[in-house]
Amino acid sequence: MKELIKKFVEAYGPSGCEEEIRSVIAEEIKPYVDELHTDALGNLIAVKKGNGKGKRIMVSGHMDEIGLMVIHIDDNGFIRFSNVGGQNPVTLMNCRVRFRNGTQGVIGSERVDDVKELRLEKLFIDIGAASRAEAEKKVKIGDVAIFDYPMVDLGDYLVAKAMDDRIACAIMVAAAKEMKKSPNEVHFVFSVQEEVGLRGARTAAYGVDPEIGIALDVCPVGDTPKARTLAVSLGKGAAIKIKDASVIAHPKVVDFLTEVAKKNKVVHQREVLEAGGTDTGAIHLTKAGVPSGCISIPTRYLHGPSEMVNYKDVLECVMLLVKALEAKIDI
Amino acid sequence: MLLERLSHASGVSGNEGEVREIIKEAVRDHVDELQVDNLGNLITLKKGKRPGPKVMIAAHMDEVGLMVTWIEKNGMLRFTTVGGIDKRVLQGKAVLVGPNRLPGVIGSKPIHRQEPSERNKPLPINQLFIDIGAKSKEDAEKKVKVGDYAIFATKFGEFGAGKYKGKAMDDRVGCLVLIETLKNTYNMPVYGVFTTMEEIGTRGAAVAAHAVDPDLGIVLEGTVCADFMFDIPEGHATNIGAGPALSLMDATSIANKAMVQHLVALAEKNKIPYQFRRATSGGNDAGRISLTRKGVPACSISVPCRYIHSPVSVVSASDIENTIKLLDTFLRSIEQGGLKL
Repeated sequence: MKELIKKFVEAYGPSGCEEEIRSVIAEEIKPYVDELHTDALGNLIAVKKGNGKGKRIMVSGHMDEIGLMVIHIDDNGFIRFSNVGGQNPVTLMNCRVRFRNGTQGVIGSERVDDVKELRLEKLFIDIGAASRAEAEKKVKIGDVAIFDYPMVDLGDYLVAKAMDDRIACAIMVAAAKEMKKSPNEVHFVFSVQEEVGLRGARTAAYGVDPEIGIALDVCPVGDTPKARTLAVSLGKGAAIKIKDASVIAHPKVVDFLTEVAKKNKVVHQREVLEAGGTDTGAIHLTKAGVPSGCISIPTRYLHGPSEMVNYKDVLECVMLLVKALEAKIDI
Repeated sequence: MLLERLSHASGVSGNEGEVREIIKEAVRDHVDELQVDNLGNLITLKKGKRPGPKVMIAAHMDEVGLMVTWIEKNGMLRFTTVGGIDKRVLQGKAVLVGPNRLPGVIGSKPIHRQEPSERNKPLPINQLFIDIGAKSKEDAEKKVKVGDYAIFATKFGEFGAGKYKGKAMDDRVGCLVLIETLKNTYNMPVYGVFTTMEEIGTRGAAVAAHAVDPDLGIVLEGTVCADFMFDIPEGHATNIGAGPALSLMDATSIANKAMVQHLVALAEKNKIPYQFRRATSGGNDAGRISLTRKGVPACSISVPCRYIHSPVSVVSASDIENTIKLLDTFLRSIEQGGLKL
């Protein structure tokens, strides 16, 4: 499982440029599903058929990660960029980044006297080019850079870029592998462009037309020194979402996931998130509405180069998802 | 000329009728079907011989403007903005109010009567009013109703070498490109869709795209151009006269990469100037089209407009011509199966 996670989190795939991560995931999930296709927006949809007596369930985890898009290259080869998804300039300072073609660089900043003045417009990527012409040999306007850090295994804890939301992709592949016979028809959707507005899940849900939606995404935690109040911690198991800014999880789905967790002794906690949205928000508003919920993976240092999850939590999430998908559901 | 008529037409979001009539007249003889949907979108179809791919090309008819909200006892009109107008440019502007184009001027407290602190910043909109020369509320009500729209009284004209100035270039310039394109014949179904209410949330395109259910979406726009800010080249977004601007990403969509790459290849092969839109803020109908039903590959091709979302904008004739040319080349290539998604 750790190898799978490493493979997923280290792959390249910012919003709108999911080709590489998509083929990595497709190769891994292919042996465990009956159908596999990519839709018009690039969502990867893997289907495990049921026996016709269960529900059609859409499970969604996004495969895109946040990035930096090149919008200008100056005469001295410095690259100005715009954010793809939510980027914090303080986090970006002096980070190493990588483009799809392997070009590496570091983020520098104009002089700022007060860190509060730091904005994305003051930052640039330095790829070690002495001129515009030299830079343009490696990078074009529109190219997107991602954090360039390998995964670190701290034993019970894993640290990597793009845990948001590749950890969910890994959990979904593991669930597809472990699932026994199920009455339900399960559509595993590895969605695109979540970080720029839950876009892929929206069109995927229209196409899948599910009876139940279950998203998997990371959630912030309140368990670090002087953190904001948030009743989710690393190491306390799978988090069952009650609400976030994009959705109030359907109470029957919340109850169902909780029952499954209790019955199968899955360690779990409840998550009430005030900010941030997930694919759940896009799925539940599809067509005439879809009862939807979300299993969250507690994660520290979100949208940075070193997002941290607890490995045991990850295994609890796999277990919860497997048991939920195998269950006969009355909703 | 057609662009002049389109620019002078009144068409603030939700009130696109005048623009729609001009377009109908211009395209009627060139299209197979023409209908107006429930939200006011003008949807035209050129059938073509083959069944697909079904291409939807969209340009929005509406412009940013003002709406009367209240009539004061002294006959002054209070108003709100419709769409994202830079409110700092409103003071002292001439406007035309209501369907009869009643001349008005946006008044405010004279600078002599402003506190020193007030002079440093633009007056908020609740301290501005439209003066139509009425003596009283009763007098004003004879000519104006609450809910009437107002447009900027900007005269269209040639401007320097090969440039035009006028109001509402965003997106009458896109409408012009689409009208010209519909005069051509292609071997596939082409839906020319003139949308409503783009400036207040790309609303018309949402329902039009659902109805058309296209295989591909192309949005024609007038877009931000700040090339006169010569000291910060990274802030130019686009340059006037440098050709059609291809969007990479904005707040509502990431352009389909295969479409953008194909446009670049065609432009280079055919020596049509082009540029990227080097900014990622703002949004347009491509956002709605791309998220329609099961998802639609979409891209935007834009004519740079200086001073966009103000009473006057400036466009280049060569940018318009090259946008028409690039779009035609693109459609010919799609027709021949040249676009690989």
